[in-house]
Formats: sequence, structure tokens, C-alpha cells
Amino acid sequence: MSLEELYKEVILDHYAHPRNHGQVEHPTAEVHLHNPSCGDDIYLDVAVKDGTITEARFRGAGCSISQASASMMTESVQGMTVDRARRLVTSFHAMMRGEGTVQDGSPDLVALAGVAKFPVRVKCALLAWDALQKALDQAEGENLHDGQKA
Amino acid sequence: MTNKNTIGIDVARVRQDFPALQQEVNGHPLVYLDNAATTQKPLAVIEAEAAYYRRNNANVHRAIHTLGERATAAYEAARSRVARFIGAGDPAGVVFTRNATEAINLVAYAWGLHRLKPGDEIVTTEMEHHSNFLPWQQISRLTGATVRVVGITESGELDMEAFRAALGDRTRLVAITHLSNVLGTINPVAEITRLAHDRGALVLVDAAQSVPHMPLSVTEIGCDFLAFSGHKMYGPMGIGVLWARPELLSDMPPFLFGGEMISEVTLAESTWADVPWKFEAGTPNVAGAIGLAAAMDYVDAIGRDAVAAWEAALAQYATETIGSVPGVTVFGPRQARGALVTFVMEGVHPHDLSTFLDQKGIAIRAGHHCAQPLHACLGIGASARASFAVYNTKQEIDALAEALVQAKEFFDRVVGRAL
Repeated sequence: MSLEELYKEVILDHYAHPRNHGQVEHPTAEVHLHNPSCGDDIYLDVAVKDGTITEARFRGAGCSISQASASMMTESVQGMTVDRARRLVTSFHAMMRGEGTVQDGSPDLVALAGVAKFPVRVKCALLAWDALQKALDQAEGENLHDGQKA
Repeated sequence: MTNKNTIGIDVARVRQDFPALQQEVNGHPLVYLDNAATTQKPLAVIEAEAAYYRRNNANVHRAIHTLGERATAAYEAARSRVARFIGAGDPAGVVFTRNATEAINLVAYAWGLHRLKPGDEIVTTEMEHHSNFLPWQQISRLTGATVRVVGITESGELDMEAFRAALGDRTRLVAITHLSNVLGTINPVAEITRLAHDRGALVLVDAAQSVPHMPLSVTEIGCDFLAFSGHKMYGPMGIGVLWARPELLSDMPPFLFGGEMISEVTLAESTWADVPWKFEAGTPNVAGAIGLAAAMDYVDAIGRDAVAAWEAALAQYATETIGSVPGVTVFGPRQARGALVTFVMEGVHPHDLSTFLDQKGIAIRAGHHCAQPLHACLGIGASARASFAVYNTKQEIDALAEALVQAKEFFDRVVGRAL
């Protein structure tokens, strides 16, 4: 596995030009996750309406893999239903275990498949996806709460 | 013909003592520069542990048979060896722990929790490893004591003026690192101890990064507690030391309760063993203690002054060599520093750098090195650190510097293409 295979141009493009960088004006869920072993940091805002992710934006600091992964993740899930986004989280995890490549979301995501060959870097790639999972849990909990109120 | 360098160490021969150094990683000879995290182990240590398990393994302090006697004798001999290594007269002041972290927690819970009252103060510094900060943060919450954190100067040294100002009538403990695991700063712990004692405060020295690299005597420092790990000084993992003045240990209640640490147990009440055994509940890491003693023998055979001189030369060379790589910023004092260099490279995250170097067989550390408050103070999220041991060479530092230049070119090129 060469460095060129890990640091694919598309990954570094997302690193240099992160998509959906910033904050959501009225987020349904806000998650701050921190990788305690290395200091990678992500703030993820997600807006969910009627079971669909209408907007996802992130801020944070970290290595190229963590930032590119966050950029691709937010690009992937805009407009997705929560259920579909959750399935994508599952298949992204599988890709990080070296089990196939993701079939949904941004076509750029497959560029991250090489990270599976660098086990110590997998957690960098997963940080944004862990944040998404938490945000979706939060958003659905919020909806449940609203439902109970009604 | 001798291959000894000007300092008197034959580094090539020393390297032969370390099996783990004799390997290639990703097609390159291993350049192991993560010694502040843990050092590799010499054969003498590996074999001392193995020999114990092969021949003398038995539980200590209770087995009334030959193997039990041998194990107990070897374990207690290791305690005396440690006392000699750190210039402590009485082995009763040596408590075996898992590591420096556990040693500091022992003081926090067995001393701090019982002695500190609301309004009391613990003085520590911004350059502490989390293991000498979090126990005090927690104990302050439990007792109502206050933690006062002394800052650092521009050049990465302890702000002594601020330290003096932080000492007060309510200061009960000064908890300070001897050698910063990020900045490489060597703190004047003897002077600090004098100042603290003048105010009636006790002093705990975190010596995890200093014991492996320089001659050190608790008698000369004058401190009350000193903590370190075995694995950072060529010894096994899972063995560490708390040294404390024995009379302080006598006055402290046990930290953990259970086997071995008792004098007499009844259903109503129990009494505790003498120090230091009062603090060693359960079956201890006998093989680890024996391995640690072997590591001390190993270091003493090379000579601690020689080790310190060689590593100082490496540190100086590395600070200059790494510091002169384009785009690299080095932290900490430029001179009289411990054998480690922490740095960042412009435009390249430490993780990406570490992965790049690993592909060249070079092992460094990337992250916050368990010193998040210090990184916040330096205004960075993460950094890269190369740290040295007696077996490292200037050629390895050259290899690192060359790889750093290549890394900068690589990331400038690939990120530049993306831009």
C-alpha cells in the first residue's frame, strides 16, 4: 500500500476545499466529537425534517483523512432519509474493516477505502460518521419527544 | 579497536542488545523515535523476566516453600535495587505500582483525599502530563481544595516568578514534572522543592521522563514523593514505582485493600502491614519488578552520566537538524533539554506526517501526548514528537530530517494539486 493510494487526489481535494463547512442555522441536532487519542475534533450540525436530512454542516480540526471524510460524509447525506443515512454509516464502517466499498452517497467516498489498510488511521476516517450517528440518534430522540408532547 | 563515540558509548553494540531494533518496517530499517512513550527492551530484561517464570515463579510473601522464598528474595532485592537507583536510603520508601499514573493516583487518594480540606491548594504546572494533572483535578473536586496551575514562559520553561507567587500559606502540595514529555524542559525540582518546603508544602515529582535519561537522587532533590514507570526506562510494562519518604507512607492509609497488605483481619476490624507492603494489595508484578531491576543494572553498566551525555548530544543535534527543515517549528527550550523534540510542520497534520514517516520505517508520536492543556497553551491541536534513547544515532536523526523534507514536498505536491 503506497502513500499515493492513501492520499488520493480526491481526498486531498476535500481536505483543501471542505464541502459544507460551517454551521446550520436551525439544527435539529448538534454534536461535538473529539478523538481523545489524537486531538481530532468535529462539530457537526444536522437539520432533519420529516425523516429526511435537509442539511449537514461541520467544523473542526484534524488530519487530512478526518477532514476529507467529514466533507464527503456531509456531501453524501444531504437530502437522504435518516434510515438510508444510517445504512450508509453501517456500510462505511464495513468499508473501514476492508469489507467492500460503499454503494451509496458521494462517489468520492470509495477513495477512502484505502484507509482500511492503515488501521491506526481508521478512527480518523470514522470520527465524522460517529458524529453523524450521534446526531441522527439525537434528532430522532427529539422527534420522539415532540411526538410524546403531541 | 574501540567503536565508542566521544562520550564513551559504543552505540552499535548497544543496539545489538535490543532484539526489536533488528527489524525492517515497511521495507526500511526501523528507526524507533518514540521512546518517551515506551523504550524497547534489552535482552537482559527480557531474559530476566523469562528466567523468573522458567525457574522461580511463586507467590511472594506467603509461600512457605523454596520457590516462594526465591521469588520473595528476588522481589525484595528488586526493591532495594530501585532504592539504590534513585538515591533513596531505605527500600521501605519504594512501593511497586503498575506505572507512574498509578503511583500518582496512590498519593492523590491515600494522601490527598484524607489530608486536603476546602481552601487548601495544590500547585501544579501547565506542562504536566494528564497523569499528574487529572488526579489532582479529581481530588480537588472531592475535597474542596483548589488546583493552581503555573504557566510557562515564551521559551517553554516554567515561569519561576509565577511559581513563587503561586505558593501560599494554604499550599499543601506541589505536583510537578521533572522533565516535560512535550517541551523537553527540565524543571529545577531541587529549587522548587526548597521553595515549597519553605511554605510547609510537600512535593511530588513526576519523574517518568527523567529517571530513564539522567542520574537522579531523591535525596539530592529533597522531594517527598517521586513517581516513574519501568517501561520508559528499558524495563517491562506494568511495573512502576512510587517512592515516598517512609514516614509519610506510614501515616497514610492504604490505597487498595485485599490480599498481602494486611497485618491481621477479623470480621470486625483489620490492621495493615508495614510500609511499603501496606500499599501493595494483591499479588504484585514480581516478574516486572525483577525485569525493572535488570533494566537498572543495564543502564548502570553503560553508565548513567554517559547515557545522559549521549542523549543530550542527540537532543541538541535533533533540535538543530529538525528545526532547520523548511516549514518545521520546534517547541521548547533550545538548549539543556531532555532527549525529545516536539514540532509541527506547516500545512501537514501530525497524523499525516506520522503515517508518511511510518512508510519509511520511522516511528514517531503524533497527537497531544496526553498534555492537552499544554497544547491549548501552545495554540495547537496536535504535534509530532521524536524522542530518543541511548540506542539512537545521529544517522537516525538525519534519516528523520530527510524524510521530513520529503514529507513536506509530498504533501505540498498532492495538496497543491488539489488546490
